[in-house]
Amino acid sequence: MQYRKLPTKLKVFLTIIFIIFMAFVLFLSQKFLDTYWIRILTLIGIYGIMAVSLTFINGITGIFSLGHSGFVAIGAYTAALLTMSIEQKQMSFFLKPLIWPLNSIQLDFLSATIIAGIMAAIFAYLIGYPSLRLTGDYLAITTLGFGEIVRILILNMISVTNGPLGLKGLEEYTNIWWAWGWLLVTVLVIGSLVNSSYGRALKAIREDPIAAKAMGINVTKHQLMAFVVGAFFAGISGSLYAHWLTTIDPRPQTVGILLTFNVLIMIVLGGLGSITGAIFGAAAFAILSEWLRIVETPFKIFGIQVPAISGMRLLVLSTIFILVMLTWRRGIMGRSELTWDGIYNFFLRLKRKH
Amino acid sequence: MRMTLPIFLQNLANGILLGGLYALIAIGYSMVYGILRLINFAHGDIFMMGTYFAFYGITLFLLPWWLAFVFAIIGAGILGFLIDRIAYKPLRNAPRISALITAIGMSIFLESLAVVIFGGIPKSFAPPRIYPKFFSKMLQIGSIRVQILTFFILGITALLITFLIWFVYKTKIGMAMRAISTDIATTALMGVNVDFVIGITFAIGSALAGAGGILWAMKYPNVNPYMGFMPGLKAFIAAVIGGIGSIQGAMLGGFLLGMIEIMLVAFFPRFAGYRDIFAFIILILILMYKPSGILGAKLEEKV
Repeated sequence: MQYRKLPTKLKVFLTIIFIIFMAFVLFLSQKFLDTYWIRILTLIGIYGIMAVSLTFINGITGIFSLGHSGFVAIGAYTAALLTMSIEQKQMSFFLKPLIWPLNSIQLDFLSATIIAGIMAAIFAYLIGYPSLRLTGDYLAITTLGFGEIVRILILNMISVTNGPLGLKGLEEYTNIWWAWGWLLVTVLVIGSLVNSSYGRALKAIREDPIAAKAMGINVTKHQLMAFVVGAFFAGISGSLYAHWLTTIDPRPQTVGILLTFNVLIMIVLGGLGSITGAIFGAAAFAILSEWLRIVETPFKIFGIQVPAISGMRLLVLSTIFILVMLTWRRGIMGRSELTWDGIYNFFLRLKRKH
Repeated sequence: MRMTLPIFLQNLANGILLGGLYALIAIGYSMVYGILRLINFAHGDIFMMGTYFAFYGITLFLLPWWLAFVFAIIGAGILGFLIDRIAYKPLRNAPRISALITAIGMSIFLESLAVVIFGGIPKSFAPPRIYPKFFSKMLQIGSIRVQILTFFILGITALLITFLIWFVYKTKIGMAMRAISTDIATTALMGVNVDFVIGITFAIGSALAGAGGILWAMKYPNVNPYMGFMPGLKAFIAAVIGGIGSIQGAMLGGFLLGMIEIMLVAFFPRFAGYRDIFAFIILILILMYKPSGILGAKLEEKV
């Protein structure tokens, strides 16, 4: 059967309608849901940004990066240091005073978030420039090392990051609107990049770097740019994450390897290489991991009292992760996207059947 | 602190010790990578599991320490074999990146399994409860003092490596392993049971990791579910430095890395907190200028 395409104008119109509709849904949920669920919804937005930016690097460009937590951490700390009030900083930094000029500035949330993204992008450029010559597993290990290096630096640079104590008492700036608004920006920017000639070059690199090179694509330059763009949005998500948690510290759970692993679960669940899939994966992960809190509290099953087992949640999550990899590698979306054309054709096919 | 000869020698001893431990773990990485081109991220966690097996063998099943160690090493080997069967074998023909992602999942799985079963609180692996006090006695050699433990660890390391080299170069399975690392498809055509040999490779590599874990815990007496993460990464780096896929390379890389780490901290104590970063800087430098490592054969990229 022929694959029919809708006119571009109609698609733009539909997209705008959809955005307005989503905004309305979010507005309603903010009005009627309790605080707990609003926080989860916000978290889905933040996770969505992390997942989309990682799938852009890992799934679409094929750079297998495991350093995402490093960029999130850089973004989180940068933004947190910029939005904290001067008194709050003086109170927190009692091990060593904060260095100038960070100790005497305070910015609004939006500028702090953008600067956080830029900082992460600069670091991505610095780390990507030497290490993107590597491929496959070596790159994975190097970026994993980078994530860990960032964490160790945060732990040790006490006069900038407050070391192991972390930064506490941040304002809870991140609400549904910030999180989903930035998610929209992320999807629009990365989505249009993917659909441009630049995105086709990236996909060519993913399929076969050598063939792409032979076709005249500057592989390193393209990869580096994808890496930097992905890191920028990871930094943004870091800022949102820090102001959602309201405290940030260098533990592996907060900004270390476990965070990278969580984002990896999201994009594998959603389908490696799909933007819409990444968002579905993020939502599924956020809900699943909230729901799994049950297994870490004492509960009764068939009249048997099961005590609270800490660590159970991660065990279940990693089991699901391995099972997905073994039996359902495609994930929710595979490499395809949920597009208006796709939906239209789906309904056309349904109609034909009847 | 000024660097005097005795202090230097003291650090030299520490460097050799740490290097030997890295070498022991690196060999397992290198063997698996040489055959499957897979970074077995779970290797560091098998290291941790082996240590827990030994700990519970002694404290729960009240075995004599040496018997518990032997059982723990065998247990780690079986665990490695099972992991390959369950998680990696179904993905043999899948894109390589899938196996890598699964390996990461397996690593997190083992860590959280350890948290659930053994608890997240670190356990002490110290004499006299675990092993005789005799090992922690100090020996005066000239102007430096060395624990008897150091010689024990080095002796066991040397013994295991000798056994491994004998196994890989003198036995039939060893020959099959080397054949598989050259060309897996042709080896299968020659009538070698490839899956079995790969499983044995995992088992031996994991057993060595388990042994490394126990010796590591004797030296740094703290057992916790995350203890394998950093040593695992560093051992991988050591394997890359020496030339991944080569056993001698892994040994050389391990000793070099251990020595460099200890010496850098000894000469620049100010940077002690940044110790874990050195290894990654060395990794990036090696990969940029000599990606095949010191002893590795050059891996040509196939078009």
